[in-house]
Amino acid sequence: MSSKVLMKGNEAIAEAAIRCGCRHYFGYPITPQTEIAAYMSKRMPKIGGTFLQAESEIAAINMVYGCAATGRRAMTSSSSPGISLKAEGISYLAGADLPALIVNVQRGGPGLGGIQPSQSDYFFMTRGPGHGDFHIIVLAPATVQEMADMTRLAFELGEKYRMPAMLLADGTMGQMMEPVVLPEDTVDPETIPATKPWATTGTQMKRAHNIVNSLYLKPDELEKTNFERFERYAKLEKEECRWEEYLMDDAEVCVVSVGITARVAKNAIAAARKEGVKVGMIRPITLYPFPKEPIAKAASKVKSFLTVELNMGQMNEDVKLAIGCSKPVAMCNRVGGMIPSADEVLAAIRKEAK
Amino acid sequence: MAIVFEKPKSLTDVPYHYCPGCTHGIVHRLVAEAIDALGIEGRTVGIAPVGCSVMAYDYFKCDMIEASHGRAPAVATGVKRSMPDSIVFTYQGDGDLASIGLCETVSTACRGENITIIFINNAIYGMTGGQMAPTSLIGQVTQTSPYGRDPKTQGMPIRICELLATLDAPAYLERVAVNSVAHVRQAKKAILKAFKNQVEGKGFSLVEVVSTCPTNWGLTPDKACQFVEEKMIPFYPLGCYKDKE
Repeated sequence: MSSKVLMKGNEAIAEAAIRCGCRHYFGYPITPQTEIAAYMSKRMPKIGGTFLQAESEIAAINMVYGCAATGRRAMTSSSSPGISLKAEGISYLAGADLPALIVNVQRGGPGLGGIQPSQSDYFFMTRGPGHGDFHIIVLAPATVQEMADMTRLAFELGEKYRMPAMLLADGTMGQMMEPVVLPEDTVDPETIPATKPWATTGTQMKRAHNIVNSLYLKPDELEKTNFERFERYAKLEKEECRWEEYLMDDAEVCVVSVGITARVAKNAIAAARKEGVKVGMIRPITLYPFPKEPIAKAASKVKSFLTVELNMGQMNEDVKLAIGCSKPVAMCNRVGGMIPSADEVLAAIRKEAK
Repeated sequence: MAIVFEKPKSLTDVPYHYCPGCTHGIVHRLVAEAIDALGIEGRTVGIAPVGCSVMAYDYFKCDMIEASHGRAPAVATGVKRSMPDSIVFTYQGDGDLASIGLCETVSTACRGENITIIFINNAIYGMTGGQMAPTSLIGQVTQTSPYGRDPKTQGMPIRICELLATLDAPAYLERVAVNSVAHVRQAKKAILKAFKNQVEGKGFSLVEVVSTCPTNWGLTPDKACQFVEEKMIPFYPLGCYKDKE
């Protein structure tokens, strides 16, 4: 059994990735995720891995593309403006059906924005960050433990469904320290490429050449690849939704929130319960696929929903879609790096309970 | 009867999509001959660019990866770092390598990444129908320089070998042409050396091949080869710009 250690969220991701057999990290410095690169730069050389500080986020994601094509567990990390630059590469990863881990520790935007926490890349990530019809798996951790656990999940789901996977954290999650039990170091990185018969590992003159590619000049062929990809997405949506329910049994108000705001909301819910307000929370853990079903089910029981977000209401729209606008969906939000206090959330809950 | 000439083993039987008279076919052959000569096909991974040679992945028998525009050196870096014993090459045109991918080109050269780059310089964007390239000559008429490239507003052509020769890390930089038999022979030597360097772990090797684009230059294949001799080579002198040997 691994013992508990006190770690920063960003560092927990890095160490967990190594323990999951990731030996190749390509990145570029940007606040508030640079600890991941710093950690990797210390650890990778000692275990025969690769840490490479790329010339840009664009180069870093394309190094990941090349590395992932050879069947290795490859990763990069960045924060919002850097993810904009990676979008092209993410689209190519998706188009070539390559699994890879991308970490986005979000900061406020648009533009250069700020360096304080945000959840404002929600639309950008959940709708497919880049050109073309595609999705990536999006996981939203709310504890440092989840940062570590979801790193493994992201690699595994990405490989199972042959698509890029993202840890979408807000800056607070990356910077906060908490006790964490790191995953056991059981994955032998050398054995991973052999599980991927499509990988460009060199033919060794034993098979026809593999081609990693996203170009299909014949429209009917391109259409076919799109349809096939979305069949995989349908399976993912059916089988891999994850969420946490908190005090939902008798809830009349359902809070929906992720990351740091879900933690603030929990405190507000506890305070509201003391006042006799029947409020609970559904915390989506996968943002793509979005847990529509539990939210739709809750709609038949609760009076209203309240999203608590660090953006201008991006997840709010997904809740409305999930319930077909059958109940009011209010919002308590702060942006630009501001985080709502438990009192602010409590006030919003009281308003909904009236 | 003895076979005196045959297709290199590391080329597939897929017919090229290139225009008549285009020199991509010659360069593909030279790359394949180098791979055959060194016996490295089984551990070679090629990176195709965006541009006319975008479908190079269909023509080489080794494993192939199609990169986004300009990023082939970064993709090659990812492959090489994950499989240090593999032989990794990129095949890129002038728009890909010298314009949109210039940052990746310079940075990969600067790291001395142990890869081989084959750089096709034909002074034009072929695939999109003949627009001005970073290497288009002064006064050259293209679709986007209809009055001829004007250095005042469109800048000067970029000389990649000379630029990269200012860096400490690259092992080998040579500019060749394929517009005559003598030049093809020299190009063959240079490309073989660029691959051999990688096999021997010598580091970053780039061969710039001054090439033709009869279609978008509006010249016959023969006149295009003449254009290389009379216009291209005087601005892009052939020769070795760096050899750490």
